[in-house]
Amino acid sequence: MLHLVNKSPFASTSLESCLKFATKGAPILLFEDGIYGAMSGTALEAKIKDVMKDHPVYALKEDLMARGIDVVIDGVKTIDYPGFVELVERHKTCTWS
Amino acid sequence: MSDVSKIMFVMRKAPYGTIYSFEGLETVLIMGAYEQDVSLLFVDDGVYSIKKGTDTTPLGIKNFSPTFRVLEGYDIEKLYIDKESMDSRGLTLDDFVVEPEVLDKEQIAKLMEEQDVLFPF
Repeated sequence: MLHLVNKSPFASTSLESCLKFATKGAPILLFEDGIYGAMSGTALEAKIKDVMKDHPVYALKEDLMARGIDVVIDGVKTIDYPGFVELVERHKTCTWS
Repeated sequence: MSDVSKIMFVMRKAPYGTIYSFEGLETVLIMGAYEQDVSLLFVDDGVYSIKKGTDTTPLGIKNFSPTFRVLEGYDIEKLYIDKESMDSRGLTLDDFVVEPEVLDKEQIAKLMEEQDVLFPF
């Protein structure tokens, strides 16, 4: 199951709820305002690093660029729209909006 | 191949502040006509959708909370609620218009994995 999160973790419980129910190994893709969770140097960085022990974490490049986020947390994989489509093709999805 | 899919509606929003919960319910009712294996999960503020005693008269909008009770008539009997979401909001099963099965996060995670499709609302 691919988990899609499009809300800022500073404004919404979307990411938190996603993490509560995501089974080990399930990939998590941050997009739209969800990408703020991937930014380096935030209060959430340690938590995201912890999450990456159990889940691959992706962030959508186009949304990072649009929001001026240049540096993502080490280990977060940036993907573009074709990469997004590829991930969605390979998994069932659950959206946390 | 079976033409019955396991479809879970994940209700995560409170009912009258946004349109999500109402639209979710409408979609569930439509889905009821297709003889699919439909279930509903109430999580986060979605648990407020089935709160008893709602009166939207002052707001002048439709009170759809009691409509969750008709789901049974559409053969949609699988209703689940996240224990933590319910407990943290000070609610118990007595507070709801329907009787969802109370599940913990591990049970919910497993159930979600078993679905063919998840519809978030």
